Amino acid sequence: MPTRRALLKTAALAACSAAAHPLLSTMTFASAPGESRLVVIVLRGAMDGLDVVQPYGDPALRQLRPALSAGPEGGALVLDDFFALHPALDALMPLWQAGELAFAHAVATPYRDKRSHFDGQDLLEAGTGNDLPIDQQKGGWLNRLLQAVPGATAETAYSVGTEEMLILSGQARALSWAPEAALALSPQARLLLAEVYHDDPLFRDAALAAEEIGATLTGKTGKGPGGDAARLAAFAADRLNGGTRIASFSLSGWDSHARQAQVLKRPLGDLATAILTLRDGLGANWARTTVLAMTEFGRTARENGSGGTDHGTGGALLMAGGAVRGGRVHGDWPGLGEGRLYQDRDLLPTRDVRAYAGWAMRGLFGTKAGLIERTIFPGLDLGPDPRILA
Amino acid sequence: MTIDPERAAIRLGYGLSPRVPPADTGFLLDSVAQATQPDGWTATAATAAHLAFGEVRKARDEGALSAEEYRAEVQVLEGQRLDAFRNRLARAAGAPAGFGERLVQFWADHFTVVAQNPTQHLMAAAFVDEAIRPHLDGRFGAMLFAAATHPIMLIYLNQNASVGPNSRFARRRPELHVGLNENLGREVLELHTLGVGADYTQGDVRELAKVLTGLTYNPRDHRRFRPQVVEPGTETVLGVSYGDGLPEIARALDDLAVHPATARHLARKLATHFAADDPPEALVADLAAVWTDSGGDLRAVSAALVTHPDLAATFRQKARQPFDFVAAALRALGMGAGEILALDRPQVRQYLLVPMQRMGQPFGKARGPDGWPEPAGDWITPQLLSARIGWALSMPQRLVEAFPDPRAFLSTALGTTASEALVRAVPRAENTREGVAIVLASTEFNRR
Repeated sequence: MPTRRALLKTAALAACSAAAHPLLSTMTFASAPGESRLVVIVLRGAMDGLDVVQPYGDPALRQLRPALSAGPEGGALVLDDFFALHPALDALMPLWQAGELAFAHAVATPYRDKRSHFDGQDLLEAGTGNDLPIDQQKGGWLNRLLQAVPGATAETAYSVGTEEMLILSGQARALSWAPEAALALSPQARLLLAEVYHDDPLFRDAALAAEEIGATLTGKTGKGPGGDAARLAAFAADRLNGGTRIASFSLSGWDSHARQAQVLKRPLGDLATAILTLRDGLGANWARTTVLAMTEFGRTARENGSGGTDHGTGGALLMAGGAVRGGRVHGDWPGLGEGRLYQDRDLLPTRDVRAYAGWAMRGLFGTKAGLIERTIFPGLDLGPDPRILA
Repeated sequence: MTIDPERAAIRLGYGLSPRVPPADTGFLLDSVAQATQPDGWTATAATAAHLAFGEVRKARDEGALSAEEYRAEVQVLEGQRLDAFRNRLARAAGAPAGFGERLVQFWADHFTVVAQNPTQHLMAAAFVDEAIRPHLDGRFGAMLFAAATHPIMLIYLNQNASVGPNSRFARRRPELHVGLNENLGREVLELHTLGVGADYTQGDVRELAKVLTGLTYNPRDHRRFRPQVVEPGTETVLGVSYGDGLPEIARALDDLAVHPATARHLARKLATHFAADDPPEALVADLAAVWTDSGGDLRAVSAALVTHPDLAATFRQKARQPFDFVAAALRALGMGAGEILALDRPQVRQYLLVPMQRMGQPFGKARGPDGWPEPAGDWITPQLLSARIGWALSMPQRLVEAFPDPRAFLSTALGTTASEALVRAVPRAENTREGVAIVLASTEFNRR
C-alpha cells in the first residue's frame, strides 16, 4: 500500500519545529496541554462488533448467527437487557461495573463498500471523509488534534510499537518508540555516523530521535518488535505518567474469516490486557484518561460457512478509562431484521464513529467544535452530545 | 542511458561482492533462470510432516510421549524452518548476479502467505519452490494460478472453508450452515491482480469467490478440487461469464492476469520496488505496455525493467529492506552460499533471524496479505535503524574470520558509489569493528 506509507516518510520523522505549526503559532507556549489523557488503540483487521457486544435482545441475531454470538446462553456477560459482552472480555467486567467502560454500537467511519482492510484503516486513521481519494488524504487525525492542543511539544504525543501509525503522522512532531532497543556506538562512531547521515534527512532524523529517546528510557526491554499488548500498554502508561498526553498503538488479529470463536480469543485477551495494564500503570492518572479502541469496519451480520464472518460495515467502539461515563452502550440500534441490514449483509451504521472521538476531544482538551468539524475530522457533523465523559 | 554494472548490482541484485565482479544486464537476466530452480521443499513433504506431527500431538495427549519428547519434535520442525530461511539467504547472498533471487523475494511478497504453525512453515517454503520460482520467467497467469491454488494460500486466505451456498454439499447438509468465504476472491482482485483502486465492485468479489469454490486442501485427501462444494451455475466477474470447474477457475485467473488494470497495478508495484517509492510515470507506463503487449510475460517485463533508463536516474531512492540488507552485508563481507549454509541453527537464529525481526521484518511473518511496505520511511525509523546499527556493530565479527580493513571494505561494499562524507568518515573510526559498522550502517549501504 504505497499510498499510505508514502505519507509516513514525511510525517513522523519530519521533525518540524513546534513554532512552525500553523495552528500553534498563534497560541501561547506558556499554556500546558493539561492533565487529560487520550489513548487510541487501532484494532487492525476489522473487529466483529456484533460478537464483541452481542445484541442478544434482537431476535434476528439467532437467525443470522446460529453458532456465533449466542448471547448470555453462550456464556456472554450481560451488560443490560439488550447487549452482552463477549466472554473473552470478562476481565473488563469490573470496569463496566465501576462505570469505567462503555461502548458505542452500529458505528462506522465514512468508508463504504470495497471493504479493504488497508483502505479502511487508512481512512480510520486519516479521520477524513470520502471527499478526497484515499491516496490524497494527508496525515492522521490525532496529529491534527495535537496541532490544536495548547503548549504541545513532541513529547505530548507518542506512537508506541514498531508499526507505523498513520493516525499520528502529520505536521506536528510526535515521538514514536517501541519498548526496547538502544544504540551502543562509541561517541566517536556516533559523531562519524552523524556526518555520514548529515545530507539524508530520513537517516539523520531517525538517528537523532533514536538517541534522544534512548537517552531518557529507563532500561525496559521487550522481546521482539511490536512486543505484546502488556508491553505496549505499560510503555504507553509510563510515558503518559510523564509529559505525554496522547498515545496510540495498534492491536492486530481481528480478521476472523474462519473459526471465529477460537480466533478472537487472543486479540480479545490482548485488548483486555492492554486496558488493564494501562489502568494499573496509570494509577491516579487513570481518572483523567480516556481510551478509545476503534476498528476499520465491522463484519457481516451473517455467520459464514466456516464459523467466521467476512468484511462488513457497521461495528462497535470501545471506550474505557476513569474519565469515561461508563456502564452504557451508546447508539441508535438499527435492528438486524428483514430489510434493516446495510446491503442486506452488514450492520447498518447509524452514527459516524468520529463523532464519539470528536466529543471526547471536546471534553478532554476543550477543542472547539468548529475545529473538529472542519479540520480534525473534515466534513463531520458532531451531532448531539452523547455525553460519554464523566 | 542504461545503468552501469556497479549500480545495477546494487539496484537489481544484492549488491557488490569481493568474489565476483558486478554483472552487466545480460548476466543479470540470466540469473533469473538459475532462480527458477527449486530448493526441494514440496507440498507433499509438508503434508506428510503435518500428518506425522498430528500423530505426535495425539501421542502426547494420550500420554505416550513425554513433554520433553514432544518439545524435541517441535524443535525438529523449527529447525527445518530455520533451514528454509538460511537457504533463501544463502541463495540471495551467494548468487553470482542476484536479480533472480530479488525477483523471488518480490513475487513471494506479492503473493504473501503467512504460516500459522510449525508445519505450515514448511508449506510456505514449498509455496516459494512450487508457485513462485518455476514461473519467474514465465507467464504471470501461470504464477497467479499456482499461487492462488497452492495449499498454503487456500489455508491462509480461508478458501478451504468456502462452500457454494447452493452446492450439492450445502444442500445435503443444511444443518451445517456452510457458505461462501470471500477472503481469497477479494485479495486476488485487491492485491494480486487489479489493485484496490481498480474499477471492480463487491459484486465482482462475491462472484469471483463463487468461481473459486471447489478449490480445497485436505492433508488426508490428495484431491485439490471438490466438485461437491462448487457453487453451480454461471458467475460474472468484470462482465465475463464463467462456469464451474478447475479449467474455468484457470480461465478467470488468466483473464485477470492480463487485465489492463493488472498491468498498471503490477507495473507500478515493480517500479515502486525496484526504482523509487514514488516511481517515474514513464517507467510505470513502459512496464505496463510491455505487460499488455506480451500478455503478462514476466521475462519480457524483467528485460524492460533492467534496461530502463529511469533505473539510473532514481539511484538510491529505495531503502534496502532488512532481508536485502542482511543478504547484501553477508555478500559484501565475502560470505558465499557455502559459508552461509555452514552456519548451524543457533547461529542462524542469533546472527540472522532474530536481528531481522528487530529490524522490523521477521522472516515469513508479514503483517497481512499485502506483504511488506515499500517506503523507505517505514524501514528507517529510530527503532529499526537502531537495530541495523546494532547488527552492523556486533554481528560481522561473529560471521567472518578474516575481518576486513574498513577502508578496503568500503570499496568492496560500495565501489565508486560512496559519498565523500563516508570516504572521510570511515578511516577515522576508533577501531576496525566500528569502521566496518559505519560502512554497513551508512546511508549508501542501506539505500539502493
